[in-house]
Order: sequence, then C-alpha cells, then structure tokens
Amino acid sequence: MVVIRIDPASAEPLFEQVVFAVKQAVARGQVAAGDKLPSVRELARELAINPNTVMRAYELLERDGVIVRRQGAGSFFTGRGTELAPTERNRQLQDLLRRAATEAFHLGFSADEVLAALRACLEELRFEGRRDGGDPTARSAENGESGTSDSRSKQ
Amino acid sequence: MTSHPIEFDCVQRWYADRPVLQGLSFRVEPGTVYALLGRNGSGKTTALRILLGFLRAHHGTARLLGEDTAELPAAIRGRVGYVSEDHRLYPTMSVQQAVEFEAGTRPGFRREFAFQAIERCGFGKKQRIPQLSRGQRAQLCIILAVAGDPEVLICDDPALGLDVVMRRELLDVLIDLLADSGATVLFSSHFLNDVERIADRVGILHDGSLLVDANMEDLKRRVRRVAFVPREGVAPPAGDDVLRVRSRRHGVDLLLDDPDRARIEALRAGGEVGEPEALSLEDLFVELVGPDAGVLQNGAGDSTNQPQKTTEVAS
Repeated sequence: MVVIRIDPASAEPLFEQVVFAVKQAVARGQVAAGDKLPSVRELARELAINPNTVMRAYELLERDGVIVRRQGAGSFFTGRGTELAPTERNRQLQDLLRRAATEAFHLGFSADEVLAALRACLEELRFEGRRDGGDPTARSAENGESGTSDSRSKQ
Repeated sequence: MTSHPIEFDCVQRWYADRPVLQGLSFRVEPGTVYALLGRNGSGKTTALRILLGFLRAHHGTARLLGEDTAELPAAIRGRVGYVSEDHRLYPTMSVQQAVEFEAGTRPGFRREFAFQAIERCGFGKKQRIPQLSRGQRAQLCIILAVAGDPEVLICDDPALGLDVVMRRELLDVLIDLLADSGATVLFSSHFLNDVERIADRVGILHDGSLLVDANMEDLKRRVRRVAFVPREGVAPPAGDDVLRVRSRRHGVDLLLDDPDRARIEALRAGGEVGEPEALSLEDLFVELVGPDAGVLQNGAGDSTNQPQKTTEVAS
C-alpha cells in the first residue's frame, strides 16, 4: 500500500511532493511491481488537491519510468527505479550530492559526519540489492506486472 | 494565439469618486484554477461582477469566453457557472425544487451528480431553503453551479461561512468538476490553505491592480524572506527582485524574488543577513500586503515602503 502525505503549506511545490512521496514508497520497498496507483481523481480527493497537480506528478513519474499508465486501466508501478540515460543519471546524482554536500558544509558538518549520515540513509532505504541501477527484483517484478494487468478488468 | 476563457484588460472602476480598480489586467489559461486574493475591500467582488456583466467597467475591457462582458450574450452565460458571495436561492423552494429549477435552465445539468453531492453533504432533498444553515446554502449553491457542467466556474469567496469540514466537501466538489471536465475556475478566497491546495495560479489584488500574478509553484519556489540589518548609513536594497521591504524592530525584512548566493553575499557587504526563508502562502500574503510596520509592532515605520508595483513573479 502506498501512503502519500503532503504538506500544502510547505515551500516545495505540491507536484514535487507527490513525486517524491511515490518514489520514497518505491525506495522503501512498500510497493511491488504491478501494484496499482490510485486514479488521478482518487488521489486528488484523498489529498484534497487539484487533479491537474496529481496528473502532472504522474506524468513525471511515468517519464522517469517509475510508473506506467495504461489507457482506461490506470497507473501501475513498474518496480524499477528511475530510467534515464547513464550520463543523465550520473549528472543528476552529482547534482543531488553536491547540493547536499554544500548545505551540510554550511551547517558545519565534517566530511566524515556527512559520509556517516549518508550511509545511515542508504541503509534505511534497503539499497543492498541495487547494482548499476539494476534491481535484481526488477525482472521478476516485470513478470508480475504483466500478469497483474491481464487479470485486471476495467472498473 | 490561444484564447483565454477569462481576460481583464486594464479594467478601471470607481464608486463615486473612490477608485476600486485602477487598471486590472490578467488572463486565466484554459483548464486552470486561478485564485484571486486580496484584503477586504480590495475589489475582488467588483472584478468578478464586472466579469459577469453585472457591473460596468468605467475603462478597459473584461472578456469571458472571448466576449466583452459589457454585452454578454445569453449563450455565453449558459456556459458559465457563478456562485455569489451571498448564496442567493429562492426561499420558497425546497432543495429538490432548487435542483429542478436549475436543471430547467441548463441543458447539460447533471441531476444525479447534484443529488449525490447533496446527500454526501448531509442534507435532505425535502428540506426547505430557509431551514438550511448558511454553510449548507453555500454548499448547495456550489453543487448547483458545478452540476450545470460549466466551462468556466466563477466563485466569490465560496468558503465564506463554512467550517473546515464543509470546506473540504467544497474542495471535493471542485476536484470532481476539474477531474471530469477540465473546467476553468476563477475564485476569490480568504482561506489561503485551501488556495494552496487547489490553485494553479494566484493573483493578489492590492490598490486596484494585481501586485502578484504568478504560478503557485513559482511563488513558493522563488520568493524568500531575508532578515537584513543594514550598517549605519547603508540604505535598504532596491531592485527589481525586491518585492517588499518591511521595517522590523531591528532592521528590515526583505521579500526577494529568487535570491541566489551572490545576491545574499552582496547584501552581506552592507550589514547582517539572515538565512533566506521559504514562506507559506499565508505568510507571503501578509508580507506583501500587510501594514508596513508589521501587525504586532507600532509606529516603527521610518522607511515607509509601500508595496511596489510588481505584477509578475518569475516567468
């Protein structure tokens, strides 16, 4: 089950909060490939936000390969992480780490402290299975995904 | 050129010799939700009434679905839903009669949707209008407007007088409309946390025109408050990116559009600078249109800065 929570008063745009919450659920292993996401309307009502915002979040998640949308059937988790060209993936990772490192520097942390904190974050998110962006569970997950979509009928 | 369902072009309006709108200009993109904000008396209701053709602009033009609202054809009115501030309903009718009456005036009226929504809100078809609470009347008006399947929905402070649970129901009704039809919505409101949830774009009306006309996410991502205590003889900073300077007990609070590190470093050369803070819409609103010296502080305003005429935040 995916629990998506947002904070409308936060400075982070709502669609980014939705994208992050979904990616977080994947990273924490709370969803399996083939799991269905709530419809745009369902999630908009659940979070009491504009359906345009949810739509935009879903578009970004699909672009990143985290979900796949099927006409009339809904949106499903692919079970894969973000799908991007290797150089682009590397660039985004560098970007993220540089930003985190800069902020950490301004907060007065040492390099060792930052490394330790990063390691703790990674452990929390069960990164063990991942190598070269390929999640060993992804293959079995893909099978599960197609199986699920076949058995699913329109509601 | 894409056509905008709602357009204000340099609209001016006076009441006797008091100017209310002094060149109001903005457009609403199709399928978006635009929140018109402003303090009491800032002219929100006047603007909406001009848009609906209930009131004449003294100068400039308002267009609704492409038509000048000074001469609005009946066919256009049929494509527009309106919820007035005072939730006008015929007092002799029952809820059911009000639904049937509305259905009679609109070919595309969704009876089923209306009755379901009414049931969800917890009042009965048989109840008479005068028996409804103020909040229930507001809910009924919105349900009737949305059930008419309007291309454009205009609401004047729809949440006024509703408790927080009723306001959520109201959002539900709006969300349904948006999910079903991609309608364009223009509404005024004082409930800024609701606005944060539902609005794509925000306009802040102040002194007769828009002080801000920006995407919600741009507002949140770009505008930062920075506390600044200038050294002796250093003037508070000016520039296009300075949205507001407000006197504080010590120094000033600056509202800056997208300050980068270089901007902050430049400030640091002139005095003490705090960390840039992101703001909720409510804080942002108060920072922009609140009194200069701040609500809790009396008469400290030596550098009385009126909010500057900054119509666009960001791209």
